[in-house]
Amino acid sequence: MKGDSLLLIGRRLLQAAPVVMGIIVVTFILTRALPGDPAVFFAGPAADEKSIAEIRASLGLDKSWPEQFWVYLQNLARGDLGKSISTGQPVMEEIATRLPASLELTLMGLLLAVAIAIPLGILAATRPNSFVDHLCRLVVTIGVSLPTFFTGLFLVYIFYFLLGLSPAPLGRLSIIHISPDHVTGFYLIDSLIAGDLEVFRAALSQMILPASTLAIFALAPLARMTRAAMLGVLSSDYVRTARASGLSSRTVLWVYAFQNAMLPVLTTLGMVFSFLLGANVLVEKVFAWPGIGSFAIEALIASDYAAVQGFVLAMALMYVLLNLAIDILYTVVDPRIGLEG
Amino acid sequence: MSAHLRHLRYVMGENPVTLFSFVLFFLLLALGLFGPWLAPYDPLASDTANALKPPSWAHPFGTDNLGRDVFSRVITATRLDLAISVAAVSLSFVAGSVAGVCAGYFGGVTDKLISRLTDTIMAFPLFVLAMGIVSALGNTIENIVYTTAVINFPFYARVARAEANSRREAGFVEAARLSGNGHGRILLFHMGPNIMPPMMVQISLNMGYAILNAAGLSFIGLGVRPPTPEWGIMVAEGAKFIVSGEWWLAIFPGAALMLAVLCFNLLGDGLRDLIDPRMRT
Repeated sequence: MKGDSLLLIGRRLLQAAPVVMGIIVVTFILTRALPGDPAVFFAGPAADEKSIAEIRASLGLDKSWPEQFWVYLQNLARGDLGKSISTGQPVMEEIATRLPASLELTLMGLLLAVAIAIPLGILAATRPNSFVDHLCRLVVTIGVSLPTFFTGLFLVYIFYFLLGLSPAPLGRLSIIHISPDHVTGFYLIDSLIAGDLEVFRAALSQMILPASTLAIFALAPLARMTRAAMLGVLSSDYVRTARASGLSSRTVLWVYAFQNAMLPVLTTLGMVFSFLLGANVLVEKVFAWPGIGSFAIEALIASDYAAVQGFVLAMALMYVLLNLAIDILYTVVDPRIGLEG
Repeated sequence: MSAHLRHLRYVMGENPVTLFSFVLFFLLLALGLFGPWLAPYDPLASDTANALKPPSWAHPFGTDNLGRDVFSRVITATRLDLAISVAAVSLSFVAGSVAGVCAGYFGGVTDKLISRLTDTIMAFPLFVLAMGIVSALGNTIENIVYTTAVINFPFYARVARAEANSRREAGFVEAARLSGNGHGRILLFHMGPNIMPPMMVQISLNMGYAILNAAGLSFIGLGVRPPTPEWGIMVAEGAKFIVSGEWWLAIFPGAALMLAVLCFNLLGDGLRDLIDPRMRT
């Protein structure tokens, strides 16, 4: 049994290889599909023929495409994503220092969404056509239609301007606080490790609005899926059998129905995470969050191609990793799964 | 046909929400078509004496930092926002149906290639991929359309593939083949009309996402350039004023955007109920 699931996990890892390859090929094509000649671009306006040719050679642009692709792969293997022209730093470094800010925000949003969506979905499914069910339907419909950046601004207007409950939407910590010592890069965790509750509180208050914005966005698909899955499971034969055998309704709900209903929800979670990574970019702009999203926006505006492509690659790999983790979790949770195909 | 109409009336009567979405849809359509004539002011005319005025009778949505009438700008923007998403959705609908139907009908290598392509696109967080493509192709409105089409392509290709695949051995396809129709004719005249209903549902469910996506891209400064009125960029420009309390600059275009997306999502749900009542959730 144990060996079987290890084998399955190994096979799943192998299946991810072509996907990763596809991602690398696409990012490579995006890097080379630049309008105009990158060598001219890098050389600057004052360059002559000779210096352009030199830069072309130094960038490896005079080689054939397969050769260039090979060089690109080698650079990737060394963790070299090129240099950002706007900051002058290696793209890899820029992304690595900003990633924790984005991840902390995204995960917080996801956590919040799960914490609200799953109970809401279950309540709606166990009480069809009740108030909770209609509420769930309303949340789902509105949630998918709200543009994230609009939700963010709306929350800022209400909670910052009108009510004055939350701090100005300017990054992870207001300037009066010093960021905690770097351990994980997550301010909430680092400040707890440092034992600084003041900073923890400050970081949390900065985090609440952007995380809620993301959560409102992620809530809809999760609640919808939970409700549908629970409805499906509750009308199944084994739940009827469990009920007929006289098990308490609590046991039926949590042991029989809930665990089975969570499987499709887990799958939806992967899709939601993909949407969140995109929405994160918009939310970071609204809240001046110093993550990789706002880095990518600056890079886009400055036509800093290496930085944008590095960002796209990093996000895609993160998404693949998450999907892998979900699939592996799936194998562990659901022993029936064969992972064929 | 009359059965369809009766069913339509039944669904509408049953579900006032769908009726509401139809009304909203025609309103949007009217604004898109006649917006420039309906707007009370010139959307580009600035009037600095009247800058940042809150909503009033003269300016129902207030005025922006250059004194332009927000109401007129929101109305005029409808056409551009709808045009971008309709163009993008049509492109991905055509490309996706052709690719998907071929994949489902021929199977084999064609299927493998097209499935690999859709899987690769879906392996990216789609908005992030859109940012990457726009940066590679160049920052123009046309490229926003192409990009939105690319990231929506897999949705159409997958639906078309599944529908065509389940019908490739169907009696009417066999009959068409036996009476001497070539693959092209079978795909176009026999398979095509049959996969239309689910594809139409996909279109209206996808329109909202396409609008959100295009507006998101222009919100971060891609594609549409100021002073062109467009919802995403208007929200971005108005964002600066939210913290000082001038909410009407960002909230009205944002609300218009939300209503448009809501309209297409509800419409999609309604169409799905109409076409396939079993899919109802």
